[in-house]
Amino acid sequence: MPAPPCASCGKARAALRRPRSGQALCGACFCAAFEAEVLRTVLAGRLLPPGAVVAVGASGGKDSTVLAHVLRALAPRLGLALHLVAVDEGIGGYRDAALAAVRRQAARWELPLTVVAYADLFGGWTMDAVARSTAGSGRSRSCCTFCGVLRRRALEEGARRVGATHIVTGHNADDMAETVLMNFLRGDAARLARGGGLGSRGEGGALPRCRPLQLASQKEVVLYAHSRRLDYFSEECVYAPEAFRGHARDLLKRLEAARPSVVLDLVHSAERLALAPAARPPRPGACSRCGALASRALCQACALLDGLNRGRPRLAIGKGR
Amino acid sequence: MAAPLSVEVEFGGGAELLFDGVKKHQVTLPGQEEPWDIRNLLVWIKKNLLKERPELFIQGDSVRPGILVLVNDADWELLGELDYQLQDQDNILFISTLHGG
Repeated sequence: MPAPPCASCGKARAALRRPRSGQALCGACFCAAFEAEVLRTVLAGRLLPPGAVVAVGASGGKDSTVLAHVLRALAPRLGLALHLVAVDEGIGGYRDAALAAVRRQAARWELPLTVVAYADLFGGWTMDAVARSTAGSGRSRSCCTFCGVLRRRALEEGARRVGATHIVTGHNADDMAETVLMNFLRGDAARLARGGGLGSRGEGGALPRCRPLQLASQKEVVLYAHSRRLDYFSEECVYAPEAFRGHARDLLKRLEAARPSVVLDLVHSAERLALAPAARPPRPGACSRCGALASRALCQACALLDGLNRGRPRLAIGKGR
Repeated sequence: MAAPLSVEVEFGGGAELLFDGVKKHQVTLPGQEEPWDIRNLLVWIKKNLLKERPELFIQGDSVRPGILVLVNDADWELLGELDYQLQDQDNILFISTLHGG
């Protein structure tokens, strides 16, 4: 059977069916709708005020590639200055190729690029070294969790170096739904409650962060990149196959096959969740070492580095806090 | 009897890693009793192109959830999915959404 006509322009043949609405659109109308929705997310959430200097966390992967491309198109209208910030985690054979993709993008889009490396920021620790030190300790499956904590810190540092007022990351609706599911399965009520909303306003001296693609599904991010012929890097990190996230992703993908709106519905559910008063975490204080927001004496990144330097890597993720 | 078909089979978004990193494959599907559809194209791909870890590409008689299928740049959901009947010179693109961010 031939594809139906585009539900928007009625002229071209439809190229895809949107997961949320079931609407069939042609490539051009889909791209226009996708960009308009990102604009609406930014405006309605007042995520990026005019005059903001925005550090775009750039990995070379599909999400940050699409985010940078769309924000670059919207920047004049929103009054934004963009700066790509890439993090070199020190993962041999993986990150080098990804960083090459970021450099190509920066050159093509004429955007400034700054690369910050774990090794420089964290006293010589690369992600490969962290993985070696956790191997066999029963912690090797936590690589992505360690890396996530350090990457957050590295991006913050990179953003400060370029004088950014705001940080944006490419997390899409599927990423958010996976995280919601993982927090549920780990019994991590505090994270579950914090996960809602489109970002953080920047408490404790941290720069405000937001996720303009949070309402865009993974499928649409990929199809947008395809329609716009964007060049992105798509190899899986060497440490990812062991991560718990993979199970959450598989489960969600199977659910999505039965009910296409499941990803956005789950994100919506998480936003509507409220914790019972007894389950509310204590108000976070400041990390005694770096001053960042922390629910204990040290923030996650400082606690992790502290553990690594003592030869006892540990993490405060999960319900046992 | 369906005549042989020439089609372009393409992999992207990381799916090409299961095919020796080769993105574009010009293939000739032999003539057979039934018409060629995506369902039997997948069987042919598994037998002739897929190099490793077939479960990361095919599950059951379909693609692994999270792999998008585009026929001549249109989402196969609009075209009958597994039942879409291939035409000579079609381009069938498989894009993984499951890799990195």
